[in-house]
Amino acid sequence: IRPLQDLRQPAVSSKVFVQRDYNSGTISKFQTKFPSELESRLDKQQFEETIQTLNNLYAEAEKLGGKSYLEGCLACLTAYTIFLCMETHYEKVLKKISRYIKDQNEKIYAPRGLLLTDPIERGLRVVEITIFEDRSIGSGR
Amino acid sequence: MKNCEYQQIDPQALPPATPNPPPPPRGPHGDRGEEPTAPRRKWQVFPGKNRFYCDGRIIVARQSGVLPLTLGLIIVTCGLFFIFDCPFLVKHLTSCIPVIGGLLFVFVVITLLQTSLTDPGILPRATPDEAADIEKQIDNTGNASYRPPPRTKEVLINQQVVKLKYCFTCKMFRPPRTSHCSLCDNCVERFDHHCPWVGNCVGKRNYRFFYTFIVSLSFLTAFIFGCVTTHLALRAQGGKGLMFALQESPGSAVELVVCFFSVWSILGLSGFHTYLVSSNLTTNEDIKGSWSGKSGEDVSNPYSHKNIFVNCCSVLCGPMPPSLIDRRGFLPADESVQTAAVDTELPTLATKSVCTQGTKGLLESATIPPLLSASCPQGKPHSARSCPDKGPAVNPDPELPTSCGRRPAAGSPPARHAKARAKKSKRAAQRVPNPSLDGPVSPASPDAGPGSQAGGHVGATFASLH
Repeated sequence: IRPLQDLRQPAVSSKVFVQRDYNSGTISKFQTKFPSELESRLDKQQFEETIQTLNNLYAEAEKLGGKSYLEGCLACLTAYTIFLCMETHYEKVLKKISRYIKDQNEKIYAPRGLLLTDPIERGLRVVEITIFEDRSIGSGR
Repeated sequence: MKNCEYQQIDPQALPPATPNPPPPPRGPHGDRGEEPTAPRRKWQVFPGKNRFYCDGRIIVARQSGVLPLTLGLIIVTCGLFFIFDCPFLVKHLTSCIPVIGGLLFVFVVITLLQTSLTDPGILPRATPDEAADIEKQIDNTGNASYRPPPRTKEVLINQQVVKLKYCFTCKMFRPPRTSHCSLCDNCVERFDHHCPWVGNCVGKRNYRFFYTFIVSLSFLTAFIFGCVTTHLALRAQGGKGLMFALQESPGSAVELVVCFFSVWSILGLSGFHTYLVSSNLTTNEDIKGSWSGKSGEDVSNPYSHKNIFVNCCSVLCGPMPPSLIDRRGFLPADESVQTAAVDTELPTLATKSVCTQGTKGLLESATIPPLLSASCPQGKPHSARSCPDKGPAVNPDPELPTSCGRRPAAGSPPARHAKARAKKSKRAAQRVPNPSLDGPVSPASPDAGPGSQAGGHVGATFASLH
């Protein structure tokens, strides 16, 4: 007989790790190659779209341009003390990324028994996708 | 035909991926028992050799090196300047002098503290699941008694082949330009060097503070030197002689000595780092000659923007990346689940043990922070894990970089530093190239056995793991 708890929370069956793509240098970018373990659960296009959007958001955070230079120069003039009080552009985009991931989880991944973990929780090394067990296997017993 | 029905998972019901202060409620399977202690923050279980203050707000390396000496020299010299030289110079020259001196002093101290107390860009270690996944992908040929094949991965960056090495401590492939600092026992992004004068590694996040520090220190040293010289010259006028002047103002003698010997090394260091910034290189890469084309191949720095101005801007004024180690985040409730998983040495076993635990534990371990998962559990003498690349405190000759491929140009600032270090100097950043970058270093643990120590053969250690 299965423990009571199992009925409330699904068991983790495995995890898939989407690694970083370093072909463009050290910028934060993840590989868009569709992992085979997800084939039964997710569309390739949806996966690619999620990863591509994440890549674009990180590119926006790390973009070199007028605004970031201004922020940097201003910071230098104040001996970088403004970092103590001001939220940087990067941090703002990270919040945006968190919201996006939560949104994707709610709309696309959770209904399919998957869970995206925000890469910042893993030091921007991987996008961890947790695959939860298929409930119908247990119920068939 | 099986009809797959997936139970809709309510993301809100799951333990949060982001740590929240109150630990999730424990189910009836909590055989670990309730821990009455307050929720702990991640810095308390950080696996690297760092120390934390102000509840995780401030991070320093294990050994503060000579940071107190650096601070002391700066404060004492400036203090002497304000006491002995300023009154005279204000009277005879202009009152701008103490103002400029004061501004420079404040700037120098602030940037020094920021360099020392900021996370240089430490990469958190891989979770056991990630490590297991990577192990599966690496082809492990040969039996246990042989050294495992070198773990490298090649990527193409801007038409340059860059080799990524596997870090045995952090259990991941190091991103490009990342290096493992043996003194701090962390992988640091865009690793420049470990600076004992500052008591911290210099990496991606604090390089701009470091550069600002040495540039402003150059100005400060030169400024004080100039002022003291002027002061003594003015006092010695009228045939009174230098000795008379020095007797009247003994503090100036101290300042003169300190500044004279420091200004060359600091100016040299600033010049060297200005060159590095303008070509978007790190000290580590420069010393190892990664992009100098020593073997006649057509190599160039793939990270350079090919424009001095853009390089400078991107290094010094680029967006400030966040700290990845989330020092002040809270740990999810049951660390014991994950530490048990860590202790099992086989990566496959680790995965299995995760899967066979209660479902509650599984979900929580799914969101467990990486720091915890790879940590040497709180002082537990865990030999196998701590072995593989606890490098011997590798002390390369501090004056001269020892790796091959060093260009003569890079040799001159170190030579100057050798001279400056012999005397009492304010600072000369020692570039400690990272030997651990070249693969596994000899384990320090006794369990590895004598045979495995000298040659840095991690194979024997891994044999014990498998």
